Amino acid sequence: FFGLVSQGAEIDIVLDGQESRKTAELKLEDGRKERLPLYYDGETVSGKVNILVKKSGTKLEHQGIKIEFVGQIDLYFDRGNRHEFVSMVRELARPGILTQGVCYGFEFVNVEKPYESYSGANVRLRYYLRVTVVKRLSDLVKEQDICVHTLAQYPDLNSSIKMEVGIEDCLHIEFEYNKSKYHLKDVIVGKIFFLLVRIKIRHMEVQIIRRELAGSGPAALNESETLAKFEIMDGAPVRGESIPIRLFLSGYDLTPSMRDVNKKFSVKYYLNLVLVDEEERRYFKQQEITLFRRAEKRRRPIANSYIEQAIFHHRTAQFGQQQQPTTRAQQQQSQATPPLTTPEDAAAAAISPGRHGDANNSAADSPELESGSTHVSPALPAARSAPGIKDVLGEDDDDNY
Amino acid sequence: MSTSTQSAASIQRLQHKRQTLEDAYSPPANFLEIDVCNPETHGVNKDRYTDYEVRMRTNLPVFRLKESSVRRRYSEFEWLRGELERDSKIVVPKLPGKALRLQLPFRGGGDGRFDDEFIEERRRGLEDFINKVAGHPLAQNEKCLHMFLQEQTVDRGYVPGKVRTT
Repeated sequence: FFGLVSQGAEIDIVLDGQESRKTAELKLEDGRKERLPLYYDGETVSGKVNILVKKSGTKLEHQGIKIEFVGQIDLYFDRGNRHEFVSMVRELARPGILTQGVCYGFEFVNVEKPYESYSGANVRLRYYLRVTVVKRLSDLVKEQDICVHTLAQYPDLNSSIKMEVGIEDCLHIEFEYNKSKYHLKDVIVGKIFFLLVRIKIRHMEVQIIRRELAGSGPAALNESETLAKFEIMDGAPVRGESIPIRLFLSGYDLTPSMRDVNKKFSVKYYLNLVLVDEEERRYFKQQEITLFRRAEKRRRPIANSYIEQAIFHHRTAQFGQQQQPTTRAQQQQSQATPPLTTPEDAAAAAISPGRHGDANNSAADSPELESGSTHVSPALPAARSAPGIKDVLGEDDDDNY
Repeated sequence: MSTSTQSAASIQRLQHKRQTLEDAYSPPANFLEIDVCNPETHGVNKDRYTDYEVRMRTNLPVFRLKESSVRRRYSEFEWLRGELERDSKIVVPKLPGKALRLQLPFRGGGDGRFDDEFIEERRRGLEDFINKVAGHPLAQNEKCLHMFLQEQTVDRGYVPGKVRTT
């Protein structure tokens, strides 16, 4: 909040309908979280501005009072690089003198809010109202942020992702995810099928990674954050085994995918499949997925939702122990790690050096660095996927052990 | 938080092929065991040296012999490490120490580098080293590794290169 205490006037912005309006949490620049009123594209932003002269009897001379509605993108690393993509202004008062409290109404009718609010590592997109009391020496300014969500329709075309990857003669797997576009409360259903296993795998996990690309050209900053790690297999698989994946997205702090917002930044999400062998060597395959925000459906009749809730809790109980969502990547050693390549890739797949390797001069030819802690799971024998608990809704898992 | 708006069919487990009994119960395709054992000291007095048996059992197709046993000394492990550092793209693990101090006369106490404890520690380090290296997919097809593990003698004049899977 901008300073307002000096020069004897207090500015307050009150939005219409604040009691009934939904709110959303956004991270501020200093890391704190703030609850802000939620608006959508095309919604009118209206309210009242109260200006109170502090010391009664004093006069506040001004050169005009205005209110602006601003949508802007801040690039943190580029000081002063603020780009306004929405800017509307309403004049509240002509130059004059204030002797007591005054209240002005304002209305930005059906104002466009083309992008979703976003607060990230190197870039921030925010919408706010700004009241300015213009004075000769220094203006009085008050800002009030709002949060904007953009909604998307469920895509017509949502094909599954299915790919065979590996390292020639050592490891061949086929992974499959049921969709390529997921909404923020969706569940990722997939499977990993082992075609060739000539290495000693100790465990396998799935990670959700957010990659934020801010700015463009040589000054562009790329920031990766591992939002979740979820172990899906413990033990050594052999050929022919199929490991299921079921990952509930609602448990994680996700935003919709953002593509080239105002040509300033992008936010992309990846599923990272990681296999770790007995010598701590990591083999991974990243796959981009698209996340979108779906309009919330109307509430169903109570009876149905009770049943559905019970089933949901059963599911979380099944995965409760394994699921340890980490919201911050633990940036330990950056080791060179290997992409599992499709047969078409000519490049030699590099493999991370493992715990005893010198992390500095790591294997050449490995294009991707994986951030995140080296996950060491206890090498328990035999146990693979979550021990044969029947899917309540799905088919019976035919464990033929 | 609710998945209540999804139908059961849309979040059902994906269909998968049943694993054949043969695949499930056959020996795994990643069988690789290397032991470094039976240290023996040869020669007398100043010209003594210790070597170790390097015994390997595997079913990986990249190795020509599924069972092999050779004798190797520390300097040959050093040679292998040097070759791999130069030719392969991996970060080669470290060998156990060289024990230079122990080789000086009257230093180190005991039998120096022929001390049982020292030999045992070295044996363990060499075993860790060779297992790590032989299991690395990017080192497995190096000729120097195959010669080291499966030829009776190490020919330092060999032609470096890669081995093709048989």
